[in-house]
Amino acid sequence: MPEIITANHLIGGDVVFLAENGWTPNVDRATVAEDEATRAALEARAAEAEAMNIVVAPYAVEVRREGSRIVPVHYREVMRTRGPTVRPDLGHQASLGAS
Amino acid sequence: MYRYDEFDARFVAERTAQFKDQVERRLRGELTEEEFRPLRLMNGLYLQLHAYMLRVAVPYGVLSSRQMRQLAMIAERFDKGYGHFTTRQNIQYNWPRLEDVPLILEALAEVEMHAIQTSGNCIRNVTTDQYAGVAADEIEDPRPHCELLRQWSSLHPEFSFLPRKFKIAVTGAPFDRAAVKVHDIGLRMHRNEQGLPGFEVIVGGGLGRTPMVGKTIRGFLPADELLPYVTAIMRVYNRFGRRDNKYKARIKILVHEIGVDAFSELVEAEFAKGDHGEAIELAAAEVARIEAYFAPPAYEALAEKDPAHLAHLFENKAFARWVRHNVAQHKVPGYSIANISLKPTGGIPGDATADEMRLVADLAERYSFAEIRVAHEQNLVLPDVATRDLWALWQALDAAGLATPNLNLVSDIIACPGMDYCALATARSIPIAQAISRRFADLSRQEDVGDLHINISGCINACGHHHVAHLGILGLEKKGVESYQITLGGSADENAAIGQLIGPGFAAHEIVDAVEAVVRVYLDGRRGQEERFLDFFRRVGVKHFKEAIYATA
Repeated sequence: MPEIITANHLIGGDVVFLAENGWTPNVDRATVAEDEATRAALEARAAEAEAMNIVVAPYAVEVRREGSRIVPVHYREVMRTRGPTVRPDLGHQASLGAS
Repeated sequence: MYRYDEFDARFVAERTAQFKDQVERRLRGELTEEEFRPLRLMNGLYLQLHAYMLRVAVPYGVLSSRQMRQLAMIAERFDKGYGHFTTRQNIQYNWPRLEDVPLILEALAEVEMHAIQTSGNCIRNVTTDQYAGVAADEIEDPRPHCELLRQWSSLHPEFSFLPRKFKIAVTGAPFDRAAVKVHDIGLRMHRNEQGLPGFEVIVGGGLGRTPMVGKTIRGFLPADELLPYVTAIMRVYNRFGRRDNKYKARIKILVHEIGVDAFSELVEAEFAKGDHGEAIELAAAEVARIEAYFAPPAYEALAEKDPAHLAHLFENKAFARWVRHNVAQHKVPGYSIANISLKPTGGIPGDATADEMRLVADLAERYSFAEIRVAHEQNLVLPDVATRDLWALWQALDAAGLATPNLNLVSDIIACPGMDYCALATARSIPIAQAISRRFADLSRQEDVGDLHINISGCINACGHHHVAHLGILGLEKKGVESYQITLGGSADENAAIGQLIGPGFAAHEIVDAVEAVVRVYLDGRRGQEERFLDFFRRVGVKHFKEAIYATA
């Protein structure tokens, strides 16, 4: 199963995803590891970012591709990409217009 | 209400400065997350699903107008314009930035508040009856004893690293509004034959994955022996409580495993060790000092019945309905206790915007001696309203959408934040509460159903108190989707009971229908409206519901 790396930003606490050029709030820009080598490389970068106090508690999340979208498999992780389902005006869904 | 003395002010200022330094060191990279985590938790700062969350202590649920305005300012300046009142009578902010938290703690300290004892394995913020000091059925005001416990437990060096978190609840009234039987220690006030106040001491209650009703280990403890006796309980727990398994570390497991008699003997032996004369004298002197802060406000001598109030009740059905459901009897003639429901139809239980907080602060100042209470049911209370002012108060609340007349009805739902916010949750709670609230939006229907408490938790940790609801809902994950179990027959009052599971869980899209089916079984089978839901459940049992619900599912 393809995976991405997620974490929380240290200073702001907001949910972020590891992308080519650093950390992004937009899950669709996350780098997807389709194989073990890519996953290991992503994990190494995440550990480095954690050691540099950029993010907190990074971990891997299983995802699937839906066209240009990247969608986590587990509903908990879907919510983390968006924000509270009861407050669509808050979280990434508000700033990124995620549906 | 209580005002900080020099010691309180100093320790809060010191702690605020200390945490500011810790945050700066964390941001500079001098502390790792592993090192910082226990420090931030000791200051109420969690990392949740979407962001940090700061839990602020509201000691025994009492707030001044000034404090409420400061909470509103914090919500607006440092958060997203709202706060969430919790089942622990506290308030949570869901979106603070780490770099802002020292400023928030400074702002809290300005109004004698902090976020200590809202996390970690310490004695947590003490909770009590939201009607403390004003309830018509009260034996004595429990707040001075709560304050004594607060001062004693704050940063208590011996009890800062307990096997697990520890919650104490106190009630001064025979009708228990503080759910004392489902706390680690519950204290119920009684009078002895000489008329002196004291406490029934209940130990080992709790919810979570192993719900238990507490056991009485002392029928009557003289009030001035409270601290030495609670100290003895804490010492027994600290020594014998399990530290090898966090799921078995609460005091309820210890009491259950060794038995209440053995536990009681250990406590009495520990209590007998010391000569508590000095401690008792000190506590009595301190309670006397504290009591002065809780002296009744300058009540006017008012008639029990106000003619204009009675006329408004007669003329305005909406007002009459609000009074019927949301106003409780005050101990002083001519005064009333006004509940402000934070459960509008389809709303998020316990949430209040900064504007709403400011309005409540203003109304408390105008009508309730500038005092507000937070109820563990996630509502607010103005405890000291002259009955003649209820009409003006209601009009102001109604204009702001804060006059939902649903206290203790189906839509007065307790709900934890669930997976919409909480990192521990296994399912969402709030959308289920909202959907039930919308389904039962018709107030006449709610009134027909009567006293029915629905509580919802988004995981087995039970912050939503689902075990002690008349109708409890527990959100779990089942095969990758949210699933909701129903329990029936729970109760949080002086006849506390743990609800019984009716059967397999329901999918999110089925749960509201299932709740409605439970209500239908009750309405079809009750012996008139005077047989409340809980009475009916106790008469027919869980099997009756089970057969009816699953037969039609």
